Amino acid sequence: MAHVRLQGITKKFGSHAAVSDLDLEIADGQFFVLLGPTGAGKTTTLRLIAGLERPDSGTIYIGRQNVTGWTPAQRDIALVLQQFSLYPRYTVRENLAFPLKSPARRLARSTIDERVARAAAIVRVEHLLDRKTDRLSGGEMQRVSIGRAIVRQPRIFLMDEPLSNLDAKLREALRAELKDLKTKLGATFLFVTHDQIEAMSMGDRIAVLNAGRITQVGTPYEMYNEPNDVFVAAFVGTPTMNLLPAEVKDGTALATAGGFEFSLDGAARERFANAEGPLTIGVRAEDIRIGPREAIEAVAHGVENHGVEKIVTLRINDCLLRATIPAADPIAIEDRIRFSFVPERLHGFDVKTGLNLRRRQ
Amino acid sequence: MANIHLQDVEKYFADNYVVRKLNLQIHDSEFVVLLGPSGCGKTTTLRAIAGLEEIDRGDIVIGGKAVQNLRAADRDIAFVFQFFALYPHLSAYDNIAFPLRASGQSRSVIDTRVREVARAIGIEPLLHRKPSALSGGDMQRVAIGRALVRRPKAVLMDEPIGALDAKMRETMRTELKRLHLENSSTTIYVTHDQVEAMSLADRIAVMDEGVLQQVGTPMDVYRHPKNLFVAQFIGSPVMNVLPGRLLAEGGRMKLFLVDAAEALDFAGPVPPQSIRTEEGLMIGVRPEAVQVARTEQAGYIPIEAHLIEPLGAYDIVDLKLGSQFLRARTASGFVAGPGQTVWARIDESQTHFFCPQSGIALEAPR
Repeated sequence: MAHVRLQGITKKFGSHAAVSDLDLEIADGQFFVLLGPTGAGKTTTLRLIAGLERPDSGTIYIGRQNVTGWTPAQRDIALVLQQFSLYPRYTVRENLAFPLKSPARRLARSTIDERVARAAAIVRVEHLLDRKTDRLSGGEMQRVSIGRAIVRQPRIFLMDEPLSNLDAKLREALRAELKDLKTKLGATFLFVTHDQIEAMSMGDRIAVLNAGRITQVGTPYEMYNEPNDVFVAAFVGTPTMNLLPAEVKDGTALATAGGFEFSLDGAARERFANAEGPLTIGVRAEDIRIGPREAIEAVAHGVENHGVEKIVTLRINDCLLRATIPAADPIAIEDRIRFSFVPERLHGFDVKTGLNLRRRQ
Repeated sequence: MANIHLQDVEKYFADNYVVRKLNLQIHDSEFVVLLGPSGCGKTTTLRAIAGLEEIDRGDIVIGGKAVQNLRAADRDIAFVFQFFALYPHLSAYDNIAFPLRASGQSRSVIDTRVREVARAIGIEPLLHRKPSALSGGDMQRVAIGRALVRRPKAVLMDEPIGALDAKMRETMRTELKRLHLENSSTTIYVTHDQVEAMSLADRIAVMDEGVLQQVGTPMDVYRHPKNLFVAQFIGSPVMNVLPGRLLAEGGRMKLFLVDAAEALDFAGPVPPQSIRTEEGLMIGVRPEAVQVARTEQAGYIPIEAHLIEPLGAYDIVDLKLGSQFLRARTASGFVAGPGQTVWARIDESQTHFFCPQSGIALEAPR
């Protein structure tokens, strides 16, 4: 079984620790996403699992076996990268068959044909089998790259930003296809990306990586609704979660830059019990209510039309907040507008550590 | 300030016909976004307006004057690139002041202008810093400040925030829009990102393969795309496009989507019979126009949820129509899991029809 476990993994490049004391567990058959900004250590982690890098300390298990000392070939892993590494003068069929023709595999011709046909069907390139790969579009090339990983029937697929070079429409289509692929193949997937939408839409579980350390592991729902800290809160979700510095006293928060007050009692109390003093308060754009009867006055600093909805930037003194409003709302820049927060959807973060208050309790 | 007219502009790179008979009228103070995929000709068009590319045919008229034979420097246009082209050895102040010094302005005029612009773009406290001590967003602010300081007739921007991270892009979008409202210089902005185009533009000019596909306000191109390309390039998630057929049955219109087990009642306006050909139509529906219910409802058809993409604020659910999918936008967690049967219908007022051969939108009478 292709269960993957990293235990206390550290990897340094010179004096810089790309990954520090990393523990990670990926269940068999899971679609697991490593999400983080550039330089977070995502690709290093993937290369460590693939065997392309050796850790300075720690142990890597695949199945029940300690594979830390194994070569990449021994690990039975397939790698799909951002840059499609196909052989340009060969046909799609030849590219797909290539990994199976290694003398070490000693596969019968009929087995190779069968596997190529199956992989081609799965990634929907059957009609392209006799085309040279330099005549393919970007999306087709990436499908063939994935197909070439499939023919080997690996225990684990490792994918490093495979959708990043594709246009938006194709990325959307391939997101769904990859998720589907996991269901069809039942294999374990580790997918590396800096794109939170990819992570949210595909991941059974997501690990957010920041500066070589894991900040949170959880389902997409947990990442979005219960972020462990300010970093995850701000990294996951568009528009970015509003984070406002506040001073809390007796169940009331004063937004420092905004100069307005709001209650942390009632529905918010559970999350803000015993909160006192400086605090960062997080609120998502869709958790701001807009309407003539709402408590706080603001000015529309910016209005963006996204078609399906609008994003309005509210200005209250020096404080800017983004809120989602219906597309039909006729708000214009510099209009006066009233808002309030959905109290049960407010998040509190410690000013120093950035940790969600929930984690203190 | 000036209007910019492109008249029958054509551009070849060797045999490659990259801009095809482009006609576009940009009004004084307007913010127009040229939007399209890579290779669509948008950047070439922008560079041609700037004078960085010569055109093979046509006229570029800025403020009533044909400029296609003028050098870039004589067109009085400012250009902002994706990669901040700042002088690394000069402070932010000196970078912004550079174009004024080059044109021999007095020191006090320069100082007033630089500070004015710095205030507008919010970098006053950073003026003494060298570019290496600035964040990506601040560097791009300085580059924009340098473009605006001369008060050019027009500002051209080529993916100016494309290299910034997602959060910074959000902030810069709001700032760029406000900046434009404040100094109302005619702006042409190139991007492949439809969110940027929708957010910033007074009007969007959508291009593909060197051809201008549609020009209109963001709401216009979103709600009334002229063809399949525009329909699927604008909006995220992408508009569903499925083959289908509209037939009158027992005095009512029925919409048959490909492979769907049941037809949908269709009470909305439909294109005239004469263009509803035998081969059927392409039916376009944005995910938010697919209405989903958990229980059986009149006018809804049962359909299986194939997979669910949770995007935080909402979910995208792929509904299975035989071999094809209809993607719906639902509230977060609305459909419990893949394999569930839900009931769906499509909102007639947000349904688009396209000719299957040409991809051209078939407008129903509004």
